[in-house]
Amino acid sequence: MIHQILFIVFGLICVAGAINLLAQRHPINSALSLVVVMSSLALIYLLLGAEFVAAIQVIVYAGAIMVLFVFVIMLLNAGAEERTRGSHIALLVGVPGVIVLASVIGWTLINSGHEFGKVTISATNFGDTHNIAGLLFKNFLLPFELTSVLILIAIMGAVVLGRRSG
Amino acid sequence: MVPLSWYLILSAILFCLGVLGFLLKRNIITIFMSIELMLNAVNLTFVAFARYWQQDQNHQLALSGQIFVFFVMVVAAAEAAVGLAIIIAIFRTRETLNVDRVNLLKL
Repeated sequence: MIHQILFIVFGLICVAGAINLLAQRHPINSALSLVVVMSSLALIYLLLGAEFVAAIQVIVYAGAIMVLFVFVIMLLNAGAEERTRGSHIALLVGVPGVIVLASVIGWTLINSGHEFGKVTISATNFGDTHNIAGLLFKNFLLPFELTSVLILIAIMGAVVLGRRSG
Repeated sequence: MVPLSWYLILSAILFCLGVLGFLLKRNIITIFMSIELMLNAVNLTFVAFARYWQQDQNHQLALSGQIFVFFVMVVAAAEAAVGLAIIIAIFRTRETLNVDRVNLLKL
């Protein structure tokens, strides 16, 4: 019962933050709404027993990435969004497509979601750092090493693109 | 006891809101944040399924779902760094963040 209440509360905060992200016209307000979404997602991860993922969600997403966004917004002195028409294809095809996608997923999950069963809170050390590290450094060692190359390339790309040319 | 489908429905809602933001917003930074929202929605699905399979079979490899979340976060961080650098480079030449005014890839 307490699990359901917590899920509904944080899920509603999540959806409200996401809707606010779309509704706000100033990018800094959208960025702060996204911080709300990510923080409440971290709490939902805790409900799912994923402690390590919840911690890095707060540190990496709500911390590092969003600070980067806010920093760029302030650096570029981004004002309120201009109201322009945008592309017709996005409005005519994209929006009905999203509505159809949402209805199909929702209809499928509501109709046959009971086949999945339930998720419980229990005192296991399922998602703690020890288990994650054991899997990450044994079974997923090669992908883990490849991500370091990816991050190195991303750093070099950011430096090259951000450099004032000429 | 929360049904797994609730988590999946929340994830679907967040993903669809992200797609809508991507289509409807005109500020390039907000479009970028919508992409992050979609990545977060997918992460929620991964974590929910990892928990579900772990309590169902108690299989050690059920944790792979959380490892995938880790990799998605790494890719998102790299993408944010490069993407924001591109946004700064565009802003230097165009003096605008509106995507309707940025219709050429040429810097």
